[in-house]
Amino acid sequence: MQEKYDFVVIGAGVIGCMIARWLSRYEGRVLVIEKEADLGMGTTAANTSIVHAGYDPVPGSLKARMNVKGNAMWDQLKAELNFAYVRSGDYVIAIGEEELPALDTLMIQGKKNGVPGMIMISGEEMRAREKNINPNVSGALWASTGGICDCFQVNVAAGENAAMNGAEFKFNTAFEDFIMEGDRIIGIKTNRGDFLSRWVINCAGLYSDVVMHKAGVRPEFKIRPRKGEYMVFDRADIQIDNVLFPVPSEAGKGIMVTNTVHGNTIIGPNAQIIDDKEDTSTTIPGMNEIWEGAQKLIPSLDRRHVIATFAGLRAMGNAPCKTPGVNYNKDYIIEIPENVRGFVNLGGIESPGLASAPAIAEEVIDLLKDAGEKLIEKKDWNPIRPARPRFRNMTHAERQELCEVDPAYGRVICRCENVTEGEIIREIHAPIPAITYDAIKRRTWLGTGRCQGSFDMPRVTAILSRELGISPLEVTKRGNGSEFLSRQTKELGVQDAD
Amino acid sequence: MEEKNFICTACPMGCKLIVRMEGDKVIKVLGHRCRRGEIYGRQEAVAPQRMVASTVRVRGGLHPLLPVYTKGSIPKRRIGDVLAAIRAVEVKAPVKATQVIIPNVIGTGVDVIASRDMPEK
Amino acid sequence: MLTKETYDVIVIGSGPGGLAAAIEAKKAGAQDVLVIERDVEPGGILLQCIHNGFGLQNFKEDLPGPEYAQRYINEARAIGVEFLLDTMVIDVTPQRRLYLSSQRHGYFTLDARAIVLAMGCRERTRAQIRIPGMRPSGVFTAGTAQRWVNVEGYMPGKNFVILGSGDIGMIMARRLTFEGAKVSRVLEIQSYLSGLSRNYVQCLQDWDIPLQLQHTIKRIMGKNRVEAIETVAVDDHWNFVPGSEEIIPCDTLLLSVGLIPENELSKKAGVLLDPITGGPYVDERFQTSVPGIFAAGNVVHVYDLVDYVSIAGDTAGMHAARYAAAETQHEADYVPLKAGKNVRYVVPHKLDRKALENGNIQLQLRVTRPIEEDVWLEVRSESKSVVRRSERYARPGEMVTIMLKPSMAEEVRQAASLTVDVYPKAEA
Repeated sequence: MQEKYDFVVIGAGVIGCMIARWLSRYEGRVLVIEKEADLGMGTTAANTSIVHAGYDPVPGSLKARMNVKGNAMWDQLKAELNFAYVRSGDYVIAIGEEELPALDTLMIQGKKNGVPGMIMISGEEMRAREKNINPNVSGALWASTGGICDCFQVNVAAGENAAMNGAEFKFNTAFEDFIMEGDRIIGIKTNRGDFLSRWVINCAGLYSDVVMHKAGVRPEFKIRPRKGEYMVFDRADIQIDNVLFPVPSEAGKGIMVTNTVHGNTIIGPNAQIIDDKEDTSTTIPGMNEIWEGAQKLIPSLDRRHVIATFAGLRAMGNAPCKTPGVNYNKDYIIEIPENVRGFVNLGGIESPGLASAPAIAEEVIDLLKDAGEKLIEKKDWNPIRPARPRFRNMTHAERQELCEVDPAYGRVICRCENVTEGEIIREIHAPIPAITYDAIKRRTWLGTGRCQGSFDMPRVTAILSRELGISPLEVTKRGNGSEFLSRQTKELGVQDAD
Repeated sequence: MEEKNFICTACPMGCKLIVRMEGDKVIKVLGHRCRRGEIYGRQEAVAPQRMVASTVRVRGGLHPLLPVYTKGSIPKRRIGDVLAAIRAVEVKAPVKATQVIIPNVIGTGVDVIASRDMPEK
Repeated sequence: MLTKETYDVIVIGSGPGGLAAAIEAKKAGAQDVLVIERDVEPGGILLQCIHNGFGLQNFKEDLPGPEYAQRYINEARAIGVEFLLDTMVIDVTPQRRLYLSSQRHGYFTLDARAIVLAMGCRERTRAQIRIPGMRPSGVFTAGTAQRWVNVEGYMPGKNFVILGSGDIGMIMARRLTFEGAKVSRVLEIQSYLSGLSRNYVQCLQDWDIPLQLQHTIKRIMGKNRVEAIETVAVDDHWNFVPGSEEIIPCDTLLLSVGLIPENELSKKAGVLLDPITGGPYVDERFQTSVPGIFAAGNVVHVYDLVDYVSIAGDTAGMHAARYAAAETQHEADYVPLKAGKNVRYVVPHKLDRKALENGNIQLQLRVTRPIEEDVWLEVRSESKSVVRRSERYARPGEMVTIMLKPSMAEEVRQAASLTVDVYPKAEA
């Protein structure tokens, strides 16, 4: 007997989970399938976590519309889903007189896109606002609606809210093909069985082209991964208070220097088009490039304070903008294709995908309604995903109270980031369980500090083993094939050195 | 005549020794800067000795393994046999530091002893 | 059960530095001495250092780490030192209030008349040396692997490559081999061995594990688990030598690329840190820049012999007890100590001008480069030599000591500053 759903979402990144969250408001069975062991292991796991203001996308593009609409929804989203987010505002920095015209262009573009709250400030004013800025700053564009967040928390919060409202999640489940009846999609085939569904929604990120081609949609559409590398600095050693962009170039928004919601400073990304969709390696030229770019904004950065490096891949598409007269060919695809029924197709959701996410979800709902779907709101729909206690962010009094309620919050497991056993246990047994080391790391921020897991890894392994009832040998970093341990130290039958 | 080369480990200096042998007999040691070095060179050429440290399985202890070591050095060529003997043993907690775990391991005359207390869980 | 809220001396960390400090504080008259330890039992890093080499100085015996620790643990218990285990210190204020967290006692505060910081150090990570490549499972620091192998009872892989020829890396090479794993290569970026030559002989040479000097890692390969590493030769300036790349298949990479004093709590307490050592500025009593807060062991600078760590702990513990009893600190007049020729740093950073009248003071230092010939180790006050002794060599991997004696008290008292030099006798 095959499982029958109303909506199947392919991909549990921030877009897939946001759409699932919006869908879970309405009657109907929702299933989210994800090929990896956890949520958001693709682009969502490795990006700058900026909620863009919207002055950057080409006016008239779908990107621009989604960005500006989405940006405005974040305060409410945070209030409902409870993740780390600050509408901090952002700056585009002009170094030298010759870069000032670029700021004017962005201001005009932003106004066309409907971005509120932008003003120009002088170099002198910028130096007062960011004491570490390159002294040759000639001016800056201040966009007060820009923000920063922990995008993985956003992904988890959206996914959990969807799960709370009945959505199902299946991990280690990879899409293989569609099940078609004529020109109608009636389900999908995966490596773990077939699932029937009235609608399938393509949120496959880097693989959205592969998915849509299986339905015969847009054969000319191609995703090329664009790699961006990053460096993270020790928050104890450097304090940048702002979100700083350079003036943009052909390659994109450029190499930023920004604070994060966790108090660290990060630099990056560069933009390198590659072929391998699984290549998230950092490279020497890449790290040198972001270093040089960052130095242009903040010359006083010290490489000795780097505590982490990583790389993320953006799903760069080639879809032309549908708005007449707009000459742009990397626009978002958010559509119900004409030649295939039962399919909501998304593609090329790269930056500003995060900022756009709630708007994209609403857009998908609108498309479904326009296609005749009667979406009936659930009587017991709960938009609130409760906040989880985070020991590291609490006052002394709050910590005391927390430990009295549950002593497990008293044992600190990650000493650099003050993450407690109580928090880890909570994530392991959450609505969408965290069952790998990286899953716990992304949710709790453990292991991201200056010791990078050296202290906590054996302890987290023991906790996962205990809570999941598995041998420590089965605990993985990121899913099957990434186990930490190979065998017990003293196993009978193993050859000794001789 | 054969020449063997060693780095002396009698002190951290690490002098490079050359030991001249006729069969099993040491003819001369060169390159040492002190008497201890000469003694080391002779020993190392004829019958190198090593201390061995490892762990044994423990039942009912605070940890699954108890660190142990040879109280004295054993012939280097028998390290594998000593490790095999250690691997075959399982002890029961509680254990006290310096408690003998394997007396006269593989007939070397050297005991394998516990490196620490291991209380019961 | 916690009965007190204020202690005379609180020691943070129960490794060799902390244990020695606590014992000595008791002996020096402190009534209430408490040691706080984040692990479930005392001993610190020694519990996982199951190899011999500890105690040659202090006990004239060749002991493994756990036994060395056991002796101090036994003495501490016998003398009435209290322990708070499975407890993390979250914060320390300059007024010596500690915020602590444990499963058993919850979140609470304690006050101390004196504190000894003995948190030891942490390991340098992959990210800090920015090794490019993928981020698979199977990249560990040597200490984390050691913990798994020796304490938790698990092997973190089958086929290892080790980066760094420091003692921890070499010791683990042997340890893993003893347990039936394969260690294919040890790589060292410098042109000289980072650790002791005894370990090279007994850990690498004995087991035919190849060591490549002036080599490093260009890239880590593997998506879910390490599959191979790409090595490359480097020149004297650490530039890659083109064409020297080699790919070594393996499933685990261990990093033994340096230790960093763990001073997050020290910073919170307002203690000033020396950017060169990474640890607090200390005087001859091992008191930091904050009165009543002392520091001992690897948290000050990285030692190579545990015996010296215990001696430092003795000093810090004794003075912490005296501080706790007297409460007020007499205003000391200090002579600064400076790192001179070929010296990277000197500890302590300054001496009380009158301190030498009371007994010897040992200066501890590390050199900037290996000097493989007879050297002078000299302390001078401007151009005047205060004391000089010779050594047959000087290496960055081996801490160097010079003793200042009461016979030098007068010269030290009058010095504007003291500089420590290490230089080849041939240059004199």
